[in-house]
Amino acid sequence: MTKKTKRGVAVVGAGMSKFGAFPDKTSRDLFVEAYQEMKSTVDKGLDPSQIEAFYMGNFSADQFEKQAHLAPIIASWVGLAGIPALRLEDACASGSVALRQASLAIASGLYDVVLVGGVEKMTDLPIGEVTDALASAADTQFEIPAGFTFPGFYAAMATAYLDEYDASPQAFAHVSIKNHKNGALNEKAQFNQTIADIMESKKKRAAAKGYPVPTWSNELEFFADPAGNPNIAWPMTLFDCSPVSDGAAAVLLVAEELAYQFTDTPLYIIGSGQASDGALTERDTLSGIPSAAKAARQAYDMAGLTSDDIDLAEVHDCFTIAEIMASEDLGFFPRGEGWKAAMAGMTARDGVHPINTSGGLKAKGHPVGASGIAQVIEVWKQLRGVAGERQIAGNPRIALTHNVGGTGQTCVVHIFERRD
Amino acid sequence: MTTYTPESKQFFTALQDGKLIGSACIDCGHVMIPQRVICTRCHSDNTEIVEFAGEGVLSAFTIINVPPTSMAESGFSTKNPYCTGIVTLTEGPRISGQILNVDVANPQTIKIGSLVKMTTIERERNGEKKIFLAFEVI
Repeated sequence: MTKKTKRGVAVVGAGMSKFGAFPDKTSRDLFVEAYQEMKSTVDKGLDPSQIEAFYMGNFSADQFEKQAHLAPIIASWVGLAGIPALRLEDACASGSVALRQASLAIASGLYDVVLVGGVEKMTDLPIGEVTDALASAADTQFEIPAGFTFPGFYAAMATAYLDEYDASPQAFAHVSIKNHKNGALNEKAQFNQTIADIMESKKKRAAAKGYPVPTWSNELEFFADPAGNPNIAWPMTLFDCSPVSDGAAAVLLVAEELAYQFTDTPLYIIGSGQASDGALTERDTLSGIPSAAKAARQAYDMAGLTSDDIDLAEVHDCFTIAEIMASEDLGFFPRGEGWKAAMAGMTARDGVHPINTSGGLKAKGHPVGASGIAQVIEVWKQLRGVAGERQIAGNPRIALTHNVGGTGQTCVVHIFERRD
Repeated sequence: MTTYTPESKQFFTALQDGKLIGSACIDCGHVMIPQRVICTRCHSDNTEIVEFAGEGVLSAFTIINVPPTSMAESGFSTKNPYCTGIVTLTEGPRISGQILNVDVANPQTIKIGSLVKMTTIERERNGEKKIFLAFEVI
């Protein structure tokens, strides 16, 4: 049965910090940046004393910064001490989980104006400890002792996908190249460089140091060269993986009937879905993410839409294989066709189903708790026609976000609409 | 046979004895690994511990070139990578484990669908030697 909420919810402000590695900044500094930008985007102005609650997605400040109980600290840092402040954790889906719970709280009638944020500060730890912290999003008793890492889980799904559909691993390179192309046009992206730019700077660096200059003549050659692009967990290479990142993002949610007090161009949340699952080994398939298909179905049903109605999607490309599986789980392409669509450019900014116009997690960066909210920032820009050079054509009106926790133990899907 | 109980740590106790255990639902027949009290298919708590033959096929795998600290402790590194994967047991359910008897330098030679047999492997973890589940390609 299709379930709908009884009160509509709108996004009326959206901002983010720059994503990257910032040794001099902590979670709170990054969130202040995001909050200030969010505030500046509220067209008719925001009086912060109107904010009634703060919902924050954060995966593991306790591991990354040795700081638990982060939400009240951040609330205080943006001048909002006193209001309910809570942290929600479902691994990399934490941001979207916070968005969903905040919108349900408004839909319930309890609140009218809520701040939703996401933040992660990951780069303080040495890389081995970051890998271990991320691995704690999987089943540490039964999956991690097998020697799995997160790149490893997705790499295993990649081998299952390649085998099941007789797919070309070159499709993975196409996803990465496309997302870097988009990220190069996003000033907030951790890598605002195309793969071609990265190749060029590697060649220059080699020449400057007197090393042999690599002879890659195109991006695919670079991608296939382990000297430039080493394996992390075969068949996933360095450039198949999203980076370790610091960053924060914030949106302002209000009850639908109040939206015009804040802006003439609100975005309405018209669909929301969330599903969970057991460990990767407990699923019927290894070449797709069942919780994503479930969450998408709930969101499409609530919105009364199908995948054909979506003008653009921000999907959880923590690894390139994840974007290909998402393009199928969300119904943009039939099972086993996502890899061909990626290779044919169908998910590029001018493709039939533009995916990750922001650069995605791959190029924009993946501060895990912030990623779900940062997806909303891109949707906000694209649907309001202010995405600058990376703006897609055709006056997009409807967009989808897809945020996965772990290997799909959680997935959250939201659908947003601009009404004229 | 030693009697094992459904507490999750018992899985490793059984592994020490060279046994791979899980649960079967007496009501609907669903078979699960590791063992649990409540059936994941029909919600019944009428389940019993079963022992698997330890045979199956390789369903997914990866070569880990950048290991987690626990595996680095056992000597694995970018220069000494290992294979880990997901095995579908003959009895139906899937479990993950390190995959042995494969050419990690040539992952293209490793085939999904290969027959595998359970074994155990001793690795260092937090300075202690421990027994872990592994599968050998046969």
